[in-house]
Amino acid sequence: MEIKIQKKVLEANESQAEKNRKYFKDNNVFVLNMMSSPGSGKTETLCKTLKMIMPKIRTGVIVGDICTRNDADRLEATGAQVVQINTDQFGGDCHLSANMIDKAARELDLDGLDLLIVENIGNLVCPAEFDIGENERAVVLSVTEGEDKPLKYPLMFQVADVAILNKIDLLPYLDCNAQDAVDNMKKVHPGMPVFPLSAKTEEGFIPWIKWLSACVGK
Amino acid sequence: MHEMGVAQQMINIAIASIPKDIINPKVETLNLKVGKLAAVVEDSLKFCFEIIAKDSPLEGAKLIIEHVPVRIKCNSCQHLWEVDEPIFSCPSCKDGTVEIISGRELEIVSIELAE
Repeated sequence: MEIKIQKKVLEANESQAEKNRKYFKDNNVFVLNMMSSPGSGKTETLCKTLKMIMPKIRTGVIVGDICTRNDADRLEATGAQVVQINTDQFGGDCHLSANMIDKAARELDLDGLDLLIVENIGNLVCPAEFDIGENERAVVLSVTEGEDKPLKYPLMFQVADVAILNKIDLLPYLDCNAQDAVDNMKKVHPGMPVFPLSAKTEEGFIPWIKWLSACVGK
Repeated sequence: MHEMGVAQQMINIAIASIPKDIINPKVETLNLKVGKLAAVVEDSLKFCFEIIAKDSPLEGAKLIIEHVPVRIKCNSCQHLWEVDEPIFSCPSCKDGTVEIISGRELEIVSIELAE
């Protein structure tokens, strides 16, 4: 006997993500899901971004890692509200899921926030599959990873709404061609805005900050 | 990388869909649709499924996977095409934003119960 089901396997996550989206919208908080491989410089990019947008844009951060509070400690130094999620409690998951965001968001004072940035677990594969209730998705690629990563991990660059090409201060020391990296991102996702910048020297931040401020409406 | 969680969700959905009046149900086949862009590795999914299905009505069930090709639509010129390589720019107008029509599926289509 065949029983028709026709259900998405990840429907439990998707329905929680929709609840999260409504919760954030009701609280007038714009949510950005920031994803990348480990070591691309997400945290440093975020620290510098927070320094430039706060206190005009009141920002909170949920940061996901398998272990340690290292990133939360760095981000808290900026004065932002920060919640650390360690997924070893969830079996060392390779991504943040909507239920983890729901739980973490309850620890934040949303009345005091315009923007919530979720720093996802460093991984170019799994986080692309899991909606967490965000409004926009950003992917960070650093020039040290090589210009062909968008072609190797197409889903991540296809689902992202915006991309950052980080560590451009290192280009003189590398064989990486930044234009090829940008072109590869645009092959996978035509029309996606790409912002080359250096979180270390703060070169190239202005277009990125303008994009983010426009999203939040401030 | 998250095939264990996917296998667990599949089993939860399959068990919830078995009619309550069937005594000692045994699922023989689980029919799935998996898009080529879905971040799921078939061998790994089958391996995880076998482990989690132990001592459940799905123990020993066969996973039949229909692979769904990646189909893209250009929002500028409405051109529709199927991609085999990770290049999503429109081959017709070389411009515009695109929409994924298929290829991201991860769905349970049906289960087949032993009579």
